[in-house]
Amino acid sequence: MLQTLDDTFLRLATLDRDVLAIAWLSLRVSLSAVGIGLALGVPVGAFLAVAAFPGRGAVVGLLNAFMGLPPVIVGLVLYLLLSRSGPLGSLGLLFTPSAMVAAQAVLATPLIAALTRQVIADSEAHLGEQLRSLGLSAPRRALALIHDTRFSLVTTALAAFGRAISEIGAVLVVGGNIDGHTRTMTTAISLETQKGDLSLALALGVVLMGLVIAVNGAAALLRGYAVRAFG
Amino acid sequence: MDLLRRRLVVRGLAAALGLIGAFGSAPALRADPSSIVVASTTSTEQSGLFKHLLPLFEARSGIAVKVVALGTGQALDAARRGDADVVLVHDRPAEEKFLAEGFATKRQDVMYNDFVLVGPKSDSAGVKGHDVVAAFAKLGTVKAPFVSRGDRSGTHSAELRTWKEAGVDLAAVKGDWYRDVGQGMGPALNAASALNAYILADRGTWLSFKNRGDLGIVVEGDKRLFNPYGVMLVNPEKHPTVKAKEGQAFIDWLVSPEGQAAIASYEIGGEQLFFPSAGK
Repeated sequence: MLQTLDDTFLRLATLDRDVLAIAWLSLRVSLSAVGIGLALGVPVGAFLAVAAFPGRGAVVGLLNAFMGLPPVIVGLVLYLLLSRSGPLGSLGLLFTPSAMVAAQAVLATPLIAALTRQVIADSEAHLGEQLRSLGLSAPRRALALIHDTRFSLVTTALAAFGRAISEIGAVLVVGGNIDGHTRTMTTAISLETQKGDLSLALALGVVLMGLVIAVNGAAALLRGYAVRAFG
Repeated sequence: MDLLRRRLVVRGLAAALGLIGAFGSAPALRADPSSIVVASTTSTEQSGLFKHLLPLFEARSGIAVKVVALGTGQALDAARRGDADVVLVHDRPAEEKFLAEGFATKRQDVMYNDFVLVGPKSDSAGVKGHDVVAAFAKLGTVKAPFVSRGDRSGTHSAELRTWKEAGVDLAAVKGDWYRDVGQGMGPALNAASALNAYILADRGTWLSFKNRGDLGIVVEGDKRLFNPYGVMLVNPEKHPTVKAKEGQAFIDWLVSPEGQAAIASYEIGGEQLFFPSAGK
């Protein structure tokens, strides 16, 4: 164990450009997935928070359950859809980074929608009466509440990013872990573990953690700046 | 309210810009037209052979080769679905079946390596030697700890064939001693290393495997451990999306004197891993 840790630090010092390219791909794929997740999930979550319709409780319950979608199942379903023999096979997306973005977006969207719904529902409890008394329609109220909770939604985005960048089941199946093309930090770590090169696997793990911490740090800085400037 | 609305518009625009940024990288994310997908085995990928071969081929042809490493059974299945242009695998009976189904029209020998029986250096079951069938018969009798790939890979098929030849009825004697891990060669070796168990491995992956613990080779050099690899172009008549020209160029290169020499020159720690066998 100690020997492995020792080697890990040695390996960290000698990580090369390949690792940077892999880290960059991981970052690009997961951030794109979160972007798509935000575009789809925030409106859905906000709508569920302000709208009243029969069966809303069931929809919310289902959405909450979808936060626990197993990545490998998402990967498998997407694989069957994107396979040349599948319904979307003609797109030729299997084993490409785009397929990995799609898979992680499927994982990120319900998480973002469910957390957004919760955040906005809480805010609704405070401000809903007031907004309704202004005679605003449901979409208007939703927009106003999104605006009111925008800083909390940053945390939602970060949670989704954390889920996306740390998963392996989905990207491995739809990406294929192709060297220099669809290899991400998690699939690379898995591969090195399989090869028995545990110190390199750990070194890559340290890099991945660094990446996650950097993104969270950047978000915290941005948020602090935004609160001061626009809060 | 006007102020609020204006702010919202600004925010919306900012969000839209962010999205465009996210999608703007899409062209870079799209598949390269002059590239092929090769479905191959974990043994060729994890032994590092492809890392050695592909840059040579890519420099010569300008065709990028994307290797998806799966067990032989899975690799052939992916090709059956049309998700690969070329397969490079090592399970002769499964390859013959693939040909018979019409998913390929020709199989060519590329190279071979051999399997080795790996086990505790102390050889607790006393099977050391050059007769793999005798060794398996003994392992089945004393029920020595054994790790099986269990993943329909070429190595798994070879293991099952050897049990059969040794007259061991696995279904009858299977027990705690027989661990079916359902994973690639590397993870299976990791498991064997942790359990100090016997395991059938391809020599290439074994040589490049680093977490050996107390394991060593106990049986090698038996003719029955011969492990030939074959390459096939997926039949474009089955899947029109197959890049037949580029795929064939890769196969032609593999079996050419240049490709064969490249295979022969791959070594780990001074030991040659794969032996060219095209046209033999």
